[in-house]
Amino acid sequence: MNTVWALAKVVVLEMVRRKDFYVLFILSVLLTATAGSVNLFNDRSIVRYLKEICLLLIWVSGLVIAITCTARQIPAEREHRTIFPLLAKPVTRAQFLLGKFLGCWLATGLALALFYLFFGLVSASREHSWPLVNYLQAGWLHWMMLGIVIAFTLLGSIVFAAPSSNGTICFVCSAGMLLLGRHLNKVALSLAEPLQSLLYGLYFALPHLELFDVRDLIIHNWQLIPWGIIVLATLYAAAYAALFLFAAWLVFRRRPLN
Amino acid sequence: MDITLSIENLRVEYRSRDLGEATKVAVRALNLRVGQGEVFGFLGPNGAGKTSTMNVLLGFVPPTSGTARIFGVDVREPIARQRIGYLPEQTYYYKFLTVEELLRFYAGIFQIPKAVTEQRIDAVLKLVELDHARKRQIKTYSKGMQQRAGLAQALINNPDLLILDEPTSGLDPIGRMKVREIIQRLKSEGKTVFFSSHELGEVETVCDRVAILNQGELKTEGRVSDLLREHSANLEQIFLKLIGFAPQP
Repeated sequence: MNTVWALAKVVVLEMVRRKDFYVLFILSVLLTATAGSVNLFNDRSIVRYLKEICLLLIWVSGLVIAITCTARQIPAEREHRTIFPLLAKPVTRAQFLLGKFLGCWLATGLALALFYLFFGLVSASREHSWPLVNYLQAGWLHWMMLGIVIAFTLLGSIVFAAPSSNGTICFVCSAGMLLLGRHLNKVALSLAEPLQSLLYGLYFALPHLELFDVRDLIIHNWQLIPWGIIVLATLYAAAYAALFLFAAWLVFRRRPLN
Repeated sequence: MDITLSIENLRVEYRSRDLGEATKVAVRALNLRVGQGEVFGFLGPNGAGKTSTMNVLLGFVPPTSGTARIFGVDVREPIARQRIGYLPEQTYYYKFLTVEELLRFYAGIFQIPKAVTEQRIDAVLKLVELDHARKRQIKTYSKGMQQRAGLAQALINNPDLLILDEPTSGLDPIGRMKVREIIQRLKSEGKTVFFSSHELGEVETVCDRVAILNQGELKTEGRVSDLLREHSANLEQIFLKLIGFAPQP
């Protein structure tokens, strides 16, 4: 575990020392602060729409950070050849992958925490209330969902050599699943066999990222989700992340590095 | 003498990804043994199979057939690398880290206790004369300093076997002399050093034994002094003769 942790720390440190994250954060801060200062037609309910826009921004930024940070990990290790002195040490390929996953996931979590904190402060200044537990549940599920995306992107970075193509594919797949995932079964009903069975198969096999999208908890101050459901959702995310990581290990474990 | 590194009947092939292109044989039926405390020079022209052999030793490439063992452990087992230090030909490190952070990171991988880590960092930075620049990011280092940072990371776990891939490549004469001094110092401490180099004069000075490889095949292997006596020539002349290179008169 020490090895995995050591690898993860370097990934987080890299993100902290690179400028990409700060650009996204400053952009989000500016947009959130601008949205927070808007008061159209003296309509109090406008705040909800603004919250929706800001949360969408956080979701998009979260996806971008998670995918770009993960997609470049292994290709950059190979391109800069830092993987050689690293794997010349007693590090298994499984530890290497786990370290990268953990690092990207923690780095993304750090970014999410900052985003939600800033958004919460702006929102609380307008509404004079801060339903902290709602924020925690929404943020936690968001982070779990990004765990699946990160594991999927890590698998992609072993299959596809170019980080840009991997990043694009992962972004399209994740956004597609978030937007269309819940409708796949309905679309399947309108199709003829064997496409119907195929789409049904996909509906049950693919991870339903949209289940983790509980932004309404914050936007509409919905009632809290029962903690049992949160635990189940966490296990669901962990199972899919483990599945993708296992697939990544299967591809990577015997791959020659030269 | 205890055997630190042994290679038996090693064959390394690379399959071409292009259809119709033949498989490339990088190493054929290689047998080598390196004893504890030896400085062993692994020589050959470019493309001779030196890097492929080193890649097998370090677990980067699986052997097509044959075996390689370090301290009696199959090199495919990660634990075989617990007592190894490896210096690649170029400096391939996380350049956003300071050398101190880099060494702490690698010490973490070797699971060296924290108190010992700090002592080791001090010792290796002193040895490679980078103590004054320990807080600077590696990307600000000169090439010579980066190579010495590489040597520091190779020594952080106090390894019993050092695998150095052209350790003096691209260094100025002072840098080369310092690396040579470090190798000799490690030898005096009883460490085994296995290194590839194109600097044959340097090899002649530093090595106890050498092996010369050409087109994946071992051409000769033995003590430097024996080879020099046997061929009545210097190492460069022996090398050129064995790889079939006839110099212009």
